[in-house]
Amino acid sequence: MSFFTFAWDWVTQAANWHGPGSIPHQVLAHLGYSGLSLLVAALIAIPLGIAIGHTGRGAVFVVNLANAWRAIPTLGLLILLAVLLGFSFVTWLVPLVVLAIPPILVNTYEGVAGVDRGVKDAALGAGMTGWQQVTRVEVPIAMPLILVGLRTAAIFMVATATIAAYIGLGGLGRYIVDGLASDQYGPVAGGALLVIILAVAVLALFAGLSRLIIPAGLRRQGRSE
Amino acid sequence: MSWSWVSVNGSLIWQLTRQTAYLGVVPALIGLAISVPLGVTAARWRWFSPPALAAVNVIYAIPSLALFIALIPALGLSDTNVIVALTLFSLCIMVPNVIAGLRSVAEPVRQAATAMGYGQLRQLVGVELPLATPVIIGGLRVAVVSSISLASVGQLIGVSSLGYLFIDGLQRSFPTEIYVGLVLIIVLALACDLVLVGARRALTPWAAR
Repeated sequence: MSFFTFAWDWVTQAANWHGPGSIPHQVLAHLGYSGLSLLVAALIAIPLGIAIGHTGRGAVFVVNLANAWRAIPTLGLLILLAVLLGFSFVTWLVPLVVLAIPPILVNTYEGVAGVDRGVKDAALGAGMTGWQQVTRVEVPIAMPLILVGLRTAAIFMVATATIAAYIGLGGLGRYIVDGLASDQYGPVAGGALLVIILAVAVLALFAGLSRLIIPAGLRRQGRSE
Repeated sequence: MSWSWVSVNGSLIWQLTRQTAYLGVVPALIGLAISVPLGVTAARWRWFSPPALAAVNVIYAIPSLALFIALIPALGLSDTNVIVALTLFSLCIMVPNVIAGLRSVAEPVRQAATAMGYGQLRQLVGVELPLATPVIIGGLRVAVVSSISLASVGQLIGVSSLGYLFIDGLQRSFPTEIYVGLVLIIVLALACDLVLVGARRALTPWAAR
């Protein structure tokens, strides 16, 4: 049997759709963990990225971060905190937020720093204050890249929340980790399929979001990354 | 931090480090070998590049653990499983870079090559690919660093790597093992990154330093 047959057989069992630990429950939990981490990370990374992009201070740090963050093994970071501090709200939320910040920060910085010199001069020439330049010119122009950063981070959170099941977090990763521990491929495959569907749904959500949020004049540019 | 554990387990640590290097470097190199012809095709025939880029986006969204699991029926709990999965991710990183690199070659440069009598193939190998090398190596750097770090997740399906130190450290509540795993993975990734930066400088002596 293939992965899809295993996964489908398990996902379509009626028993998996009711009660605590059921599929709808774990999908919501998974979305909750990923969404909360993304929100906290965005609240930190977007203002910071805008500030660094606008002033140019700290640019070297951001450029190096862009290369370095992929080297961090998420599984190791999660396990280290769990061993040092025990499993709690903090030990899963902090590493998830830390891992979600770099893609948002780097893309926001690149978007704001990459605004054409002529456009900035025009904004200044039109009598805009520094705040107006940032909010009315630089951020709207940077929006396609900010969304790319948020999308990358969101997909990364769906994946990392799955791995965090290994240190005790709920969500879809539970099916995978518990299934692996008890040598049952059904829930493992089913959990993996649901995680893939969730990740692709997040991707689609951001594709839709970028159509809504990105100013019409920038849309053609926004598609290229 | 228990240094005595490190000295006693030196050979285990060395073996796991080599295994992690293997699981990380091989996918990036296979990814390079496949992404160059794919990228050349997509850059030549423009209709091919939007579907290729869309496919790449979707595959790259698949969480690594889920992809390892999806490959179990076909490839088992083996090194091959992790290598195939990480090769797919490397392709997702590198194909867009190869396309972008080839497209960044300035039109006058192409015209000059044509005027000098370069045929299509010679122009590609002798002019376009060398000029695209910095961007292609940029993609290779991301691919190798990600693969080394993601290989540790393979430990969850039993494929051995430095990830073993994480799992064992958790089961024994022994932070030293986890520190060693974290540091070695990051050092290994940055070392490979440095090698590639050196390779880029050696291959493109004309580029600004």
